[in-house]
Amino acid sequence: MPPLSLVIWVPILGGLIVLATGGDKNAPLARVLALIAAALGFIVSIPLYTGFDLHTSAMQFEELVPWIYRFNVNYHLGVDGISMPFILLNSFTTLLVVMAGWEVIRKKVAQYMAAFLIMSGLINGVFASLDAVLFYVFFEAMLIPMYLVIGVWGGPNRVYAAIKFFLYTLLGSLLMLVAFIYLYFQAGNSFEILDYHKLAIGMTAQELLFVAFFLAFAVKVPMWPVHTWLPDAHVEAPTGGSVVLAAITLKVGAYGFLRFSMPIVPDASHELAWLVITLSLIAVAYIGLVALAQADMKKLIAYSSIAHMGFVTLGFFLFNPLGIEGGLVQMISHGFISGALFLCIGVMYDRLHSRQIKDYGGLVNRMPVFAAFFMLFAMANSGLPATSGFVGEFMVIMGAAKVNFWYAFVAATTLITGAAYTLWMYKRVVFGKVTSPQVEEMQDINKREFLILGVLAVCVLGMGLYPKPFTDVMHASVDNLIAHVGQSKLP
Amino acid sequence: MNFSLAELVPLLPEIFLLAMLSLILIVDTMLKDEQRTGTYVLTLLTLAGCAWLTFSGHRAEPVHVFSGMFVDDTLSDVLKLALYLAVAFMLVYSRGYLQARGLFKGEYYVLTLFATLGMMVMISASHFLTLYLGLELLSLSLYAMVALPRDSATATEAAMKYFVLGAIASGMLLYGMSMVYGSTGSLMLTDVSVALQEGTGQKVPLVFGLVFIVAGIAFKLGVVPFHMWVPDVYHGAPTAVTLFISSAPKLAAFAFAIRLLVQGLEVLHSDWRDMLVLLAVLSMGVGNIAAIAQSNIKRMLAYSTISHMGFLLLGILAGSQNGYSAAMFYSVVYAMMSLGSFGIILLLSRQGFESEELDDLKGLNQRSPWAAFLMLLLMFAMAGIPPTVGFYAKLSVLQAVVEAGFVWLAVVAVLFSLIGAFYYLRVVKLMYFDEPLQTAPIEAPGDMRLALSVNGLAMLALGILPGPLMAVCLIAVQSSL
Repeated sequence: MPPLSLVIWVPILGGLIVLATGGDKNAPLARVLALIAAALGFIVSIPLYTGFDLHTSAMQFEELVPWIYRFNVNYHLGVDGISMPFILLNSFTTLLVVMAGWEVIRKKVAQYMAAFLIMSGLINGVFASLDAVLFYVFFEAMLIPMYLVIGVWGGPNRVYAAIKFFLYTLLGSLLMLVAFIYLYFQAGNSFEILDYHKLAIGMTAQELLFVAFFLAFAVKVPMWPVHTWLPDAHVEAPTGGSVVLAAITLKVGAYGFLRFSMPIVPDASHELAWLVITLSLIAVAYIGLVALAQADMKKLIAYSSIAHMGFVTLGFFLFNPLGIEGGLVQMISHGFISGALFLCIGVMYDRLHSRQIKDYGGLVNRMPVFAAFFMLFAMANSGLPATSGFVGEFMVIMGAAKVNFWYAFVAATTLITGAAYTLWMYKRVVFGKVTSPQVEEMQDINKREFLILGVLAVCVLGMGLYPKPFTDVMHASVDNLIAHVGQSKLP
Repeated sequence: MNFSLAELVPLLPEIFLLAMLSLILIVDTMLKDEQRTGTYVLTLLTLAGCAWLTFSGHRAEPVHVFSGMFVDDTLSDVLKLALYLAVAFMLVYSRGYLQARGLFKGEYYVLTLFATLGMMVMISASHFLTLYLGLELLSLSLYAMVALPRDSATATEAAMKYFVLGAIASGMLLYGMSMVYGSTGSLMLTDVSVALQEGTGQKVPLVFGLVFIVAGIAFKLGVVPFHMWVPDVYHGAPTAVTLFISSAPKLAAFAFAIRLLVQGLEVLHSDWRDMLVLLAVLSMGVGNIAAIAQSNIKRMLAYSTISHMGFLLLGILAGSQNGYSAAMFYSVVYAMMSLGSFGIILLLSRQGFESEELDDLKGLNQRSPWAAFLMLLLMFAMAGIPPTVGFYAKLSVLQAVVEAGFVWLAVVAVLFSLIGAFYYLRVVKLMYFDEPLQTAPIEAPGDMRLALSVNGLAMLALGILPGPLMAVCLIAVQSSL
């Protein structure tokens, strides 16, 4: 079996098998099967990294099977240095999510695990698709499991959050579908994304296409002002849902900019870069302040995610290697850090069933090991050097300084606000005296939780100290992208 | 005019159906109430026989018989096969419901077969009169079926409304046809088409007649502003009949529209295209927005039908073989989705309990995870979310619309389908996120469970491999038009 098909279908098939275990009386079996499936899913993704050719920007591990003759749609898969890391990140995150939900999820266990496994396969499909229809199918289909995850296992306001999440994302993607169909005719009846890259398009059409793509991906990233679904979805989703949302699905939007907007409509991208940059800077500066005012920890991290993703889109639309690679590094790093922070909040929530900052205090007295992990991730979130959070932010700020000093200046304010909201929350939750009797009874993390957080801590530190393995795979593809975007496609 | 027995061969399915229908009518009178299953089985066998006759009698080239009043082409064969399948599924779904309500009578089956015969005639008609005859046979059977529970005030009211409005629509249609006749001197679709190409007809009465014909078609499809009957009839009719009205006749209505507008009046494409644009946009708008406000699931699905028919019109108005085949694919897929959704509603109805309110779906995932999963697939298919087949139906229609140069129309269509997604999502929400109000176990005969599973999973299977069905639709359109 070719590796890309494996990373898509192994988790999906695993999910279906887990689903077949049925009701909650088989829950232990469902958990074990889910863990096996998630582990297998991660194992089959490793050859993508080990077998990756660093010196080419061409698509690798390509698969091409005709699918729908009528519209010339192909089952066409392939990855380059931009998409490959996210498949690994996704498979890895799925493994953590399955472990994190191990004993916490008690109702409809099989359905919960199956939803995450199926979603994992679908997301891998998004990153691996080289055919626009195939991409769209995966892009939309992954909404279904997430919708169910938020709605079934979520918090009190889950219904609102789930429907809002679904409709917001659908709004953007439907216009993208029209854009794909338009491009299909322009490219002479082809849905191949790589054919779109070569297509000469007039300026007006480029602008309209850019708007269609922008709506689809800006909602997904999410960028200010279409970000409002994210805090709702994050807060109501169960821990696993928040982790996947923050670590993976937001990246799909940013990935879309690199795979669609910039190469297909480069002239419009250059012309409208000011718009993206402005919105990104608003996200960085303003959403950072919004995060400062949150009383709910999950909401705080959700806003922090928006601010960090603002860095990513800012980096991309600077059109220089530092910016784009910095954005990519930031994406991966944010996948680790936000995932870890949501898991930390999950650990606390499982014990106290509250996400409000005011209900905590003095946690370090009862949970010292946990407090240490939490400290590391909080520091990483504020961009402390030697953690992964620093690398991406630093690269993007450098890239921004090359283009315009004021971009860099506004972006750099995040080093202050980011530290302020993260560390202030950390202080209120962890330090001080134990104020409530419930906190007094809290147990420190068990071996399972230690394992999950420990692995993530290694990733965060490893990437912060030695980011080369991550950036090496990107170089060729990013250089190629920048060269491509530099050329006008006006006819 | 010479007539040979060979002329009857393309009509074999219709003749067989009529013969069996008469037989069932007689046999049914001799059956006791507890033997009524005999009628049911006989009806299904009749459909199977028709399917075999249609399938084996298939020819690649169109065959015109009865001096050109009746045509047997690939388009009609494919649509008829889909029709038999839809009717058979509908019969399987409705048996338990009818038994529980004392409606399990021969009349239901005989009327169903009459309606089927009417639809077959519509599908194969190539003459204004045959089209009209088929349409009336279908409509009259449906009026009677809606009024089948004759003690029910809502059902009789619905039947009355349906009848009165249907009669007006038929009148308009006839009026339009007579004008076209007056202008072109023929009722034969092919002759009309030739006359129009030669430009012999007068333009003004032609366009005038066209308006009435389009209005008649719009009524039969149930698109805005000729949609008033749809919610009331869907709501008032017994669910088993609603199931029927919402599925198979849409296939016939599609054929009806294609025969009239494309085979007969394609020269006037630019005239009817603009009318259809208006109808389509209004239908998608009104259908999707009004559906949000419904608490009755039958009414909700009625408005959803209206919006889907608007989408179907988009394919026709594109005016290319690509568009017609997209519309055909859409109609077949829609019939399947509608069958399945009403099938689930029938599944939830029991003795003395009508499942009509959306709230009856609450917590279905806890009562029956499998039924909930099937309904989930059906609802996402209706909303056009991949990987279900509903997405490809929308994709192919949108593709045809963009090809015809109507990018704005495609944008309007997707925006309305976004609104539509809301109420389908709400159904999923009720099933998965809410606690059940009812705890009664869900019981259904084995054949119904099997048929429902096949129907629901077909949404997914055809969504993963939509190619063959799309190809069949394209071939049917290419070889027939």
